[in-house]
Amino acid sequence: MKKIIGILLLFIVLCAVTTAVNPRFLSQANLTNLANQIGMFGLFSIGAGLVIITSGIDLSVGSMIALTGVLLCMELSDWHWPWPLAVLSILLLPSILGWIHGVLITRTNLQPFIVTLCGLLLYRGLARFIAKDSTKGFGDAKGIEWLRFAASGRLFQMVDSATGKDSFSGIPMPFVILIVVAAIAWVALHWSVYGRYLFAIGRNEEAARFSGINTRRVVTSAYVISGLLAGVSGIVFAFYTNSVSPSTYGNFYELYGIAAAVLGGCSLRGGEGSILGIVIGTAILQVLQNLVNLLGIPSSLNFAVMGAVVLVGVLADQLLQNRARKRLARARS
Amino acid sequence: MQADENSLSGRVTGPPLLSMRGISKRFPGVVALDAVTLEVGRGEVVALCGENGAGKSTLMKILGGVYQPDAGEILIDGCAIAIRNVNDAMRLGVALIHQELNVLDNLDVAANVFLGREPRHRFFGLIDQRRLHADTAPLLRRLGLEVSTRTRLDKLSLAHQQMVEIAKALSQNARMIVMDEPTSSLTLQETDRLLSLVSELRNQGVSVVYISHRLGEVERVADRVVVLRDGRNAGELNRDQISHERIVRLMIGRDIQAFYAESHAARVPGFLQIRNARSSRYPQHAVLLDAAQGEILGVAGLVGAGRSEIAKAIVGLDSSGGAEISLGGKRIDIRRPKDAISQGIYLVPEDRRGAGLVTEMNVRENISLPSLRRYAPLCLIRRSKERKTADQQIAALRIKTPSAETRVVNLSGGTQQKVVLGKWLAMLPRVMIFDEPTRGIDVGSKAEIHRIMRQLAEQGTVILMISSDMEEILHVSDRVVVMHEGQIAGVLDRPQCTEENIMNLAVGKISGTVR
Repeated sequence: MKKIIGILLLFIVLCAVTTAVNPRFLSQANLTNLANQIGMFGLFSIGAGLVIITSGIDLSVGSMIALTGVLLCMELSDWHWPWPLAVLSILLLPSILGWIHGVLITRTNLQPFIVTLCGLLLYRGLARFIAKDSTKGFGDAKGIEWLRFAASGRLFQMVDSATGKDSFSGIPMPFVILIVVAAIAWVALHWSVYGRYLFAIGRNEEAARFSGINTRRVVTSAYVISGLLAGVSGIVFAFYTNSVSPSTYGNFYELYGIAAAVLGGCSLRGGEGSILGIVIGTAILQVLQNLVNLLGIPSSLNFAVMGAVVLVGVLADQLLQNRARKRLARARS
Repeated sequence: MQADENSLSGRVTGPPLLSMRGISKRFPGVVALDAVTLEVGRGEVVALCGENGAGKSTLMKILGGVYQPDAGEILIDGCAIAIRNVNDAMRLGVALIHQELNVLDNLDVAANVFLGREPRHRFFGLIDQRRLHADTAPLLRRLGLEVSTRTRLDKLSLAHQQMVEIAKALSQNARMIVMDEPTSSLTLQETDRLLSLVSELRNQGVSVVYISHRLGEVERVADRVVVLRDGRNAGELNRDQISHERIVRLMIGRDIQAFYAESHAARVPGFLQIRNARSSRYPQHAVLLDAAQGEILGVAGLVGAGRSEIAKAIVGLDSSGGAEISLGGKRIDIRRPKDAISQGIYLVPEDRRGAGLVTEMNVRENISLPSLRRYAPLCLIRRSKERKTADQQIAALRIKTPSAETRVVNLSGGTQQKVVLGKWLAMLPRVMIFDEPTRGIDVGSKAEIHRIMRQLAEQGTVILMISSDMEEILHVSDRVVVMHEGQIAGVLDRPQCTEENIMNLAVGKISGTVR
């Protein structure tokens, strides 16, 4: 709880600083755009966070997004699949890939880092190969208006009939999806048996096993969820950009996810973290990008700013923890 | 052995090589050593014997500079010295070879032997590979170890890795080598070879302190036996006095303050039948065990006898082992821990913090962990129900915790163990296997845990209690099974449960003769 308050404060301070320097931060257009970004990045960050809670890591997310994005475009525009079938396949494929990761990790004792690193390389290569390394779009795909709305539309958008401009620019669908997914994940992680098992395994897999928990299945499921959410993100991103170039699409996204989770209080040692924290972590990263743009900082510094803020956040948390531990030790002696 | 006979001729008069006098060491709550004396002459093989927890390891850790004694003095060549750390010990020519070897199996033999003392090239400070290997070769020859100095350690058998450690000790001009249970994971031939090596070292003038539970080896190799009991010197035997019986008598010769209170619970013999139990540690041995309902069956044996391994195999935690189990006449199929738990067969593991508890979680979460579904209709946990069970267990077992929401790390060892009990007792056990239930636990909690075990037995739970604490075994068990190297060495009914009988079986003297 303390952790969440801490990063919430960091979030508010960042927003306040940005607003003070450039009041356009609070404009409708900017906030809508920000919500959209948070939605898209938050989805796979939740998956990354769940995996991290089991003390694993998933590096394959970015490549999965590229693979699913490319496939979605091709299924709809080149092969003319009906959209429900396309969506189903796009959700199923990364889930199966996640399951394979999980099985390799739990059955053969391969390290999560290695397995998902291989995934990162494999799926990127596959995406480029099936697209013949060319940019894919939705072209002449028909009958996908509904899907397009679900993935990139705006809810409650209102247009002023007099001026033809938005009077309310609406809530971007990715943000709505994130809220729904985060709510489900929140209940699952913090209130369900499954969530308790995830934490127990992350903390002490041996003790969980001695308590009769099927640790392999629970760990594997975390990778499946991470894959599934990467698929959802893949769809959302594809409609956001409207075109997918397989060599750069989704590059480094796994690292955004990990950074958001860590900033949000997940420990790479496992057994620690919260959905709210991950969502706020994502929001902080997106506000930072926004800040770089609005403040006119050269965008080449984008990553540097992000790295510095994550480092400061994590360092502050660690220092506070060390202090608390020392105080506790002193109180005991 | 021929070497045994020339051993005495190698002795030199003058002060002994090592003399430890009046060594005492306290740990919180226990006196590990109380004015212990140990002398070792030049080129002498001294066997150090004693039960589990008699103080052998503590004494050797003081000699090796791992612990500092609270009182007493250490003399080498008649000069009082202080051994502040491992490097001091090394400089004084004392080398310790632990049961778990300290080798780096990703490096080759020569690199291991000279680790941290690699010969360097004069100009660049790089490792002088040529000299490194040239210096290692004669050491291996001296030990009769016929492997290349360039062999990686993971390509060597355990016995050879041990030899490499001995070579390392010799390379540091060790005059005395302490071997702690050196043969515990060696085959018969390898053991033979090690024993002749010990004799060979003695002939070369190196002293050896040999710690072993295996009295047969001690008889073969020792010039003198020093026996410790409860942290004190229990006696010494010279070469011509050494015999199995005498050592055992010295090891156990105390009045155990353990009064067994006979239980009047109704017994149902053969209620739990375990057949063909195999662990991955001793896959060649099948274990057969019967336990009655209403009794506490003690499982005694020395450390490493394979007791915990069998327990794990029974509850499905050993994927390559397993057991055929019938409970109350019904055959039970256990493939994974969940199967055992669903049948009410629970294990309280030896490693409380590593396997018994998730210490970062609180008492409530730990108690509900194995039975979580019960508190979670529709898979959502009802904390109030969870809390109620936790509070019940806290009250029933008198768990000393500020509240059910306290994290387990912050509790004492005894209290933690009660949390482990609580989590299983909340699920109405039919069979409980306790592995070292009171190790490292204060006296008060110990008595309470024993009382809880007795209560459970009287309520009809079959109880298996693995313990290395002789007092506990004699105090609590209605019957005792003794294991030795993965096998059942004997079963003792209550009248035959004496320390001597148990020890004789545990050291593998003769199985079946104790009746």
